[in-house]
Amino acid sequence: MKNEMTQTPLLQIDALEKRFALDHGFLETVKLRKGRIRREKREVHAVNGLTLDIKRGEALCIVGESGCGKSTVARLVAGLLNPSNGSITYDGKRIDTLTRREMLPYRRKMQMIFQNPYASLNPRMTIEQALTEPVKHHHPDLSAQGVRDKVVEVMRSVGVDPAWAPRYPHEFSGGQRQRIAIARALTVDPEFIIADEPISALDVSIQAQVLNLMLEAQVERGLTYLFITHDLSVVQHFGTRVAVLYLGTLCELSDTATLFANPKHPYTRALLSAVPKLDDQAPNHIRLRGEIPTPIDMPQGCPFRSRCTYANDRCAVERPVPAPQPDGSLVACHAVEEDRIETV
Amino acid sequence: MSLLSVQGLTVKFAMRNNTVTALNDISFDIGQGERVGIVGESGAGKSITGFSILNLLSRPGYIAGGSIMFDGQDLTKLSDKQFRTIRGNRIAMIFQDPMVTLNPVLTIGQQMVEQLQAHRRVSRKDAEIIAVAKLREVYIPAPEERLKQYPHELSGGMRQRIVIAIALLLDPQLIIADEPTTALDVTIQADIMELLLELCESNNVSLILITHDLGVVSQMTQRMLVMYAGRIIETGGTREIINDPQHPYTQGLINALPQQTLPGEKLRQIPGNMPALSAIPPGCPFHPRCGYAVPTCRTVRPELRRHGGSDVACIEVERLHGTTPHKVDYA
Ligand SMILES: Nc1ncnc2c1ncn2[C@@H]1O[C@H](COP(=O)(O)OP(=O)(O)O)[C@@H](O)[C@H]1O
Ligand SMILES: Nc1ncnc2c1ncn2[C@@H]1O[C@H](COP(=O)(O)OP(=O)(O)O)[C@@H](O)[C@H]1O
Ligand code: SF4
Ligand SMILES: [Mg+2]
Ligand SMILES: [Mg+2]
Repeated sequence: MKNEMTQTPLLQIDALEKRFALDHGFLETVKLRKGRIRREKREVHAVNGLTLDIKRGEALCIVGESGCGKSTVARLVAGLLNPSNGSITYDGKRIDTLTRREMLPYRRKMQMIFQNPYASLNPRMTIEQALTEPVKHHHPDLSAQGVRDKVVEVMRSVGVDPAWAPRYPHEFSGGQRQRIAIARALTVDPEFIIADEPISALDVSIQAQVLNLMLEAQVERGLTYLFITHDLSVVQHFGTRVAVLYLGTLCELSDTATLFANPKHPYTRALLSAVPKLDDQAPNHIRLRGEIPTPIDMPQGCPFRSRCTYANDRCAVERPVPAPQPDGSLVACHAVEEDRIETV
Repeated sequence: MSLLSVQGLTVKFAMRNNTVTALNDISFDIGQGERVGIVGESGAGKSITGFSILNLLSRPGYIAGGSIMFDGQDLTKLSDKQFRTIRGNRIAMIFQDPMVTLNPVLTIGQQMVEQLQAHRRVSRKDAEIIAVAKLREVYIPAPEERLKQYPHELSGGMRQRIVIAIALLLDPQLIIADEPTTALDVTIQADIMELLLELCESNNVSLILITHDLGVVSQMTQRMLVMYAGRIIETGGTREIINDPQHPYTQGLINALPQQTLPGEKLRQIPGNMPALSAIPPGCPFHPRCGYAVPTCRTVRPELRRHGGSDVACIEVERLHGTTPHKVDYA
């Protein structure tokens, strides 16, 4: 394990950008401005120059407010979207430029789990059919009995009674469905799992069941995770490292323990302080001013400055870049660099 | 005397083939200015409890028994017309989705004025002045401008603040907030919870806060109810319950939180799922998932009784303290 960690990262995201066109038809792009007709193309800047490695065997968590680009990163990595700029390298091979055909072997190695398990389970297929299909596809030499055995084994491993194999997804509870979706992802022996808010729709007791399953799979199969969530207590539990995103840019990247013990970026601090804790007697959080800006007109300078209490003139014009800190974390903030923030 | 006293509330749903019981003999009191949390897994009956108080149960649901005394009147006996003087006026409700409250085709100003004029004799002009004052109370920037805007022009957090302003418009005595921040980001949630707490405290308003987040309950409430399969299984002081939960289910809920286990270790999950209303087992409804269950738990329905700092519905509660649960096998 130690050895593997020092090898090249499993996934390298470099200067990744994704913009979505906001107006689709030609007419929508025609605008009347100051009495003159102009053609404007507005874009959503969902991901803005993200650079990030994921090491083998680790669980890298991405956190941040809704709309900050987490799902877009996941879909870019999974090859479901094409980047506007930058590159994605998997196991030393650049994958963002591959054709669908060339991408196929990577589709098996990388599996995606969504918040809504219906996104990965066909409602008209029984659980058995849903699990049999990928097993057959990826183990074409298995006998019919071998396939059945594998399906039973997979169902057992996620704690779902194999006797329920002939049932349809709607007959299962949300937690069971998500465990089945995970089982389906695991049937093809992937190396890398991209999980986009896999437990956000589940109750606490059920979240624990699903998280345990994902932890077990990580240990037993040496899986690597890109884990997206907005629940920081889950990150603290599950993550090896954490990337904090704001408006599609990286604020802070750090070991999980370091991040929670010593958050540095003003946004990370506000985010951590906002999590209600069991022993809190009253809300006590760092209040941010203003509203979350939309990623349509990306602000100049620091993306966080409109809500930041430490913002100064430099923050208004110069975009901070992630800079290494003495404890190994990366932080993109002028105030941190200028030592204007008191340490906790 | 308490402001709200719910006694033996039972709610049923008449389904095609059978009738299921969604709330079973629920009783609790809330004093003026008191804040009470209701927690439990989805489907436990939290929302139905709030809906029953406000007479918002829709068909096939009906109140099959019990009383809901609010400031001396039994709400279960009021006509729809009489209820109009209560709902939105003396008892306000905040839902998870602000668009349940807000009308998409009316401006914020029109809705607030309409709401005021439905219950008070005020001129349009005065209503607008009150509306602006309420928006200011919930820290909406440029409130005069907001009156002219439509809900879709505002962010989710801003909309929920406006819903709170509307809830406060008629100076209610009780607010029922059903997962008011579940759809919002944590930084926005924190702002809204702080605001709600401040407003309840400064106006001596009572609050029923329905949530699945024990951290939020801890911050916001003085007492809490834990619901499971349509029943209250534990109730008492929030601090007491969070520090020393008595019911195995409450313990399970708290222990399952990731922060209760060292990073990377296996979480203490509760096995199985909460039963559907049509399949609630006899005896203790929690027994199939409970690590302390003994054979009697399968047959005897436990009543709430005092133990530790709370009232608990568990026949094994005395034995349970100081023992460790056995492993539950659950498919
Ligand atoms: N297909 C799309 N077309 C246009 N805008 C999109 C599309 N997908 C995402 N966006 C926008 O990109 C931004 C980031 O979205 P997303 O990655 O879903 O954020 P998150 O998962 O962090 O909530 C948002 O502003 C969102 O509205
Ligand atoms: N209109 C309805 N018809 C039948 N059952 C219902 C209806 N509304 C709610 N229920 C059931 O009542 C139970 C309690 O629901 P609810 O109070 O919404 O739970 P929660 O604790 O998640 O708020 C659930 O099992 C739900 O399925
Ligand atoms: S760079 Fe400036 S505006 Fe951005 S987070 Fe740091 S202090 Fe705030
Ligand atoms: Mg998302
Ligand atoms: Mg509910």
